[in-house]
Amino acid sequence: MSTPEIALRAPSSPAALNLRPAPVLAADEATGRGEGGPAPKRIVVGYGFWIFLLSDIIMFSAFFAAYAVLNGATAGGPTAAQLFDLRNVQIETACLLLSSFACGVATTAVEHGEMRVTQLALLATGLLGLGFLSLEVHEFAGLIARGAGPSHSAFLSSFFALVGLHGAHITVGLLWLATMMAQFQAKGFRADICRRYFCFSLFWHALDIIWVAIFTVVYLIGVRT
Amino acid sequence: MNDIVADAPRGGTGDLAPGQKAGGPRGIAAGLGSYLVGLTLAVVLTVASFWAAETHLIYGPGVSVALVTLGIAQIGIHLVFFLHLTTAPDNTNNVLALAFGVLIVFFVIVGSLWIMANLNHMSMPMDQLMRMQR
Repeated sequence: MSTPEIALRAPSSPAALNLRPAPVLAADEATGRGEGGPAPKRIVVGYGFWIFLLSDIIMFSAFFAAYAVLNGATAGGPTAAQLFDLRNVQIETACLLLSSFACGVATTAVEHGEMRVTQLALLATGLLGLGFLSLEVHEFAGLIARGAGPSHSAFLSSFFALVGLHGAHITVGLLWLATMMAQFQAKGFRADICRRYFCFSLFWHALDIIWVAIFTVVYLIGVRT
Repeated sequence: MNDIVADAPRGGTGDLAPGQKAGGPRGIAAGLGSYLVGLTLAVVLTVASFWAAETHLIYGPGVSVALVTLGIAQIGIHLVFFLHLTTAPDNTNNVLALAFGVLIVFFVIVGSLWIMANLNHMSMPMDQLMRMQR
């Protein structure tokens, strides 16, 4: 019924609707807010991964809460002060911080298209991460050998869950890092591979941030309470 | 310089991806500056944390507060110098998402501690409970 009426009223030219032509923006000026089309893929991908990281951190917060609540629940077993070796934690912290820095060097090299610096910095990132992981595995093995395994008390369960979850993330990160090195080597600094790499660097820096919270809450404060 | 970086917005009109530096690449040495500053500050704060945990110079019950403060400061350093988070308009989306994440983390941790402390406070001491069950 009303269709022809609408068709009749439809303006013949954009000028009748007082439409200005859309502002002409270059591809790299897209704001993602309706002008010049969607945001560049670099931003869409990075922002999506940022949201994932935040949800990952929220998952970690539940493990932190469990540890904080159960810190004193040792069931008559060993306490944090009797178990933790702060010297070991210091070396782990140094490894992870330097690894994060090396990842920053690699990011700068990727931005400048320097393949050799990128690969060397990524190798350093990986080796320092591997050093961190082996220290952590060594610590876990030592605790279990002393009879302080995750099944001993609620405190130890929450400790192994939280620190082990971080270690699992580091393991996944190292695998990802190895594939990034291979992709750069085989395909060069292609745009899609660079986007993947930037996501990896966000992941790696975020893991270092979580480690700061772990050594503060689990080890330093845990030992005192 | 490779394509993806050349394509990226240079601030002003658009947004920056999380972890993306404003202004684009300006040489490796300049690019490393922020990471070096971040590394130095992070090392200083880490050393301060481990010192605070073992020293007797700080009033005992205050040590945890000092440690949490140093930890939060170091997380801030990482966010600014490693993840290049700023308060500029091109970072609004990233900062708002982070702020929401921090809010939820705060609810989860403080809420858990609060509820469990209340629960412990309200419930009968364990030895009395054992006696009642006998």
